[in-house]
Amino acid sequence: MSSSIIEVENLTKRFGTFKAVDSISLEVKQGEIFGFLGANGAGKTTAMKMLSGLLSPTSGKAMVAGFDVFKQQNQIKKSIGYMSQRFSLYDDLTIKENIRFYGGIYGLKRKQWKEKGERLIKRLGLDEVEGKLLKDLPLGWKQKLAFSIAILHDPKIVFLDEPTGGVDPITRRQFWEMIYEAAHDGITVFVTTHYMDEAEYCDRISMMVDGRVEAYDTPEGLKKKYGVKTMNEVFIKVARP
Amino acid sequence: MKRLTSLIRKEFYHIFRDKRTLLILFGMPVVQILLFGYAITNEIKDAHIAILDQSHDEVSRRLADKLVASGYFLPDGQAESIDDVEQLFREGRIKMAVVVEPDFADKLQHEGKASVQLLADATDPNMANTLVNYATAIIQNFQLELNQPGQPPILVGAEVRLQYNPSLKGVFLFVPGLITILLMLVSAMMTSISIAREKETGTMEVLLASPMNPGQVIIAKVVPYFSLAFLDAVVVLLLGRYVFGVPIMGSVPLLLAEIMLFIIMALSLGILISTVAQTQQTALLLSLMGLMLPTILLSGFIFPIENMPLPLQIISHIIPARWFIVIEKAIMLKGVGIAYFWKETLILIGFTVFFIGMSIKKFNVRLG
Amino acid sequence: MENQNAVIVKNLVKTYAHVEALKEISLNVKKGELFGVIGPDGAGKTSLFRIMSSLLLPDSGEVNVLGIDVTRDYASIRKKMGYMPGRFSLYQDLSIEENINLFASIYDTTLEENYENIRYIYSQIEPFRKRRAGALSGGMKQKLALCCALVHSPEILFLDEPTTGVDAVSRSEFWEILQMLKKRGMTILVSTPYMDEASLCDRVALMQDGRILSVDTPAKITTAYAYSLVAIKTNEKYNMLSSLRMLEQATLVYPFGENIHVVSDKGKLTSEELTKYLSAQGMENWEIVEVAPDIEDCFIALMNQHVAA
Repeated sequence: MSSSIIEVENLTKRFGTFKAVDSISLEVKQGEIFGFLGANGAGKTTAMKMLSGLLSPTSGKAMVAGFDVFKQQNQIKKSIGYMSQRFSLYDDLTIKENIRFYGGIYGLKRKQWKEKGERLIKRLGLDEVEGKLLKDLPLGWKQKLAFSIAILHDPKIVFLDEPTGGVDPITRRQFWEMIYEAAHDGITVFVTTHYMDEAEYCDRISMMVDGRVEAYDTPEGLKKKYGVKTMNEVFIKVARP
Repeated sequence: MKRLTSLIRKEFYHIFRDKRTLLILFGMPVVQILLFGYAITNEIKDAHIAILDQSHDEVSRRLADKLVASGYFLPDGQAESIDDVEQLFREGRIKMAVVVEPDFADKLQHEGKASVQLLADATDPNMANTLVNYATAIIQNFQLELNQPGQPPILVGAEVRLQYNPSLKGVFLFVPGLITILLMLVSAMMTSISIAREKETGTMEVLLASPMNPGQVIIAKVVPYFSLAFLDAVVVLLLGRYVFGVPIMGSVPLLLAEIMLFIIMALSLGILISTVAQTQQTALLLSLMGLMLPTILLSGFIFPIENMPLPLQIISHIIPARWFIVIEKAIMLKGVGIAYFWKETLILIGFTVFFIGMSIKKFNVRLG
Repeated sequence: MENQNAVIVKNLVKTYAHVEALKEISLNVKKGELFGVIGPDGAGKTSLFRIMSSLLLPDSGEVNVLGIDVTRDYASIRKKMGYMPGRFSLYQDLSIEENINLFASIYDTTLEENYENIRYIYSQIEPFRKRRAGALSGGMKQKLALCCALVHSPEILFLDEPTTGVDAVSRSEFWEILQMLKKRGMTILVSTPYMDEASLCDRVALMQDGRILSVDTPAKITTAYAYSLVAIKTNEKYNMLSSLRMLEQATLVYPFGENIHVVSDKGKLTSEELTKYLSAQGMENWEIVEVAPDIEDCFIALMNQHVAA
């Protein structure tokens, strides 16, 4: 809980004259659950793409899992996991086939993904449906499965893009428990979301407004600073000064 | 009425604000007619042929010279017998063989007729057809030269097929086909995609939630595409007329009326497709596979219907374009009137009534 | 009594292929009420809204809106209602002004005639009236969609998840607008997956898996909470959760924001017992925080009852 795994300094991404990400700086510690918040279009996705090695920054400095986002994008990709609400698993593959596919992508050996896959299926209680196509599963199960698969290869960091939108309150909490467990095991969790109540579950958060980080603290610290009770109110104060 | 006009105006906004739609509507007709007119015509030049002259008399030699002098054909290889001809075909060296029967001049003189056999490589039916047509026309011409006034007529037997396109220009045949495809594309495909787009983006849901009569929604969709499709047809006709000299022998108002009929038929087909398709992608696929391909392949536009295997010939009967092309050719190239194609016209009307009926039956005032 | 109800839904059933979207739903909405239907994705909210607004036919059951049987007379209800579907469903290639004018003319009216009715909302987007809808931010799109749904001064408004995916600032602005419309006497039905929006409604129906778990005012739902609830604050959430899971008296244990909520039957688990248990487990650095159950706690409890039953 001490050494930092993501270090960002004045990171900027420019599209033409438009600064999608405007000189942001932040630090994420190992094993931390870090909430990366902002409205749609605030620059969250662009920033996350840079940190996960999908997009080259225009200027600034950023190290992810000890690798430079300018030069070592491939190493970064190997040491992270990724899950989003929109794209995660293939609906027309079975649970097993999905596990096998992602295991293959991350270069797990046959023995490894078989073993890990079986453990995962057992833990999520999916034994009876492992041969079913994914589209026949409830949304909540899919999301839990997607998260488990995203950390199948034991990444150092897992990026979650609005992971729990629209699921029922119980499933949502089961999902957060899985996140806590992953963090407990030393995986750093980086969550981007525009659901402010999701922020309360994070250890620390940053809030982006128009490409800049406008708030950066623990949820409690921010609530105290702005003298309000919920993160929703914090966001309203930050975004509408 | 105000509802309808504002919906129609909205439809025009959609069309004029979408570059891709504009390109298909206005770029496509011009590009296609130029492409077909200049590049993909069936016109031939220096086609390799073999002439097997079994008569070796003066008349047969004159016929051979005439064929070669036309510039369309280039004699290739020596053929002394039918076997040689066969061999040349197999080697792929020739596309057509002209076989002059023995005692050619003799027969012409004494019997008044003799025959020339035209053998064509039918692996390329289009090419074969064109070659045979060219050669037949030349032979026919040759026959005219042989006939002297005051003497009994002489007949050189060879089937003549190109009577409606005497100057042997491919583009003449392409203009009617091209108009057909464009009308199908603009009317059926674009309309179905445009309605499917409203379903896909959810705007149809909002329209359904309003007191809007579904009929009005459809009419508003149809009006712009009707006028644009008509405009496209006129553009192609004008380009054909002034760039390639394709004549319209028959009545222009009649041709335009038939074009309108076909547009209405295609529009109702497009609406029918959109009642089934929920997404633009499905609409596009259905239109391409279900409409465009059959229109191109089975309407007789590219491949002559009489050369098709029987099952395909039967299927071609349910392709509206097949009947429309007959009508177009009749008006444009033959210059005949409605008396010659009222049956085809009735068939098109029948299709239209059927598709409109089906669309009304399938149209839903609710979602799913 | 009958004529005070704007919406009467009785025993509504809707099935798609093999999925039962609505399982015998019944509810009433009073005239002038701001009524919320709250539940996660797949609860059946959209099916319910589409049936109430005549866009979909139920398999069985009755739906009466403003005295009209919407399964029969869809034409009459469509004149009197405003409807906003779940995702943004206006013409992206038309400007704000063109969209509003189009919908005005569909309802045989004009923007000018109804300007007063939507002035409060329209004035917020009017400066951008020449801009294409596709180029607007999420919040502005929602306002435009609301303008279009209101341009004919409907008596009842159906809003299906109007705030999903919209940022917090725009969400709060949107609710301000709904409160204003309610003051004018409009009946509004709104669905949302956000539990925290429940408190902004007069009455809410909590929906899950095609069923209604509860219908009441938000205050009554939370006071009817049948368990005792304790919140624990700690930095060691994972260990805390694991050890609380083994506590027999705890019916439910779940993370809730920055805390962990422990639910038990009333009188079964005192703070002292809990403190003792956690000390025995060797847990450090935690404290018990006083919390009142909110709608989400109630939802979880009701869901849990349903699963058990």
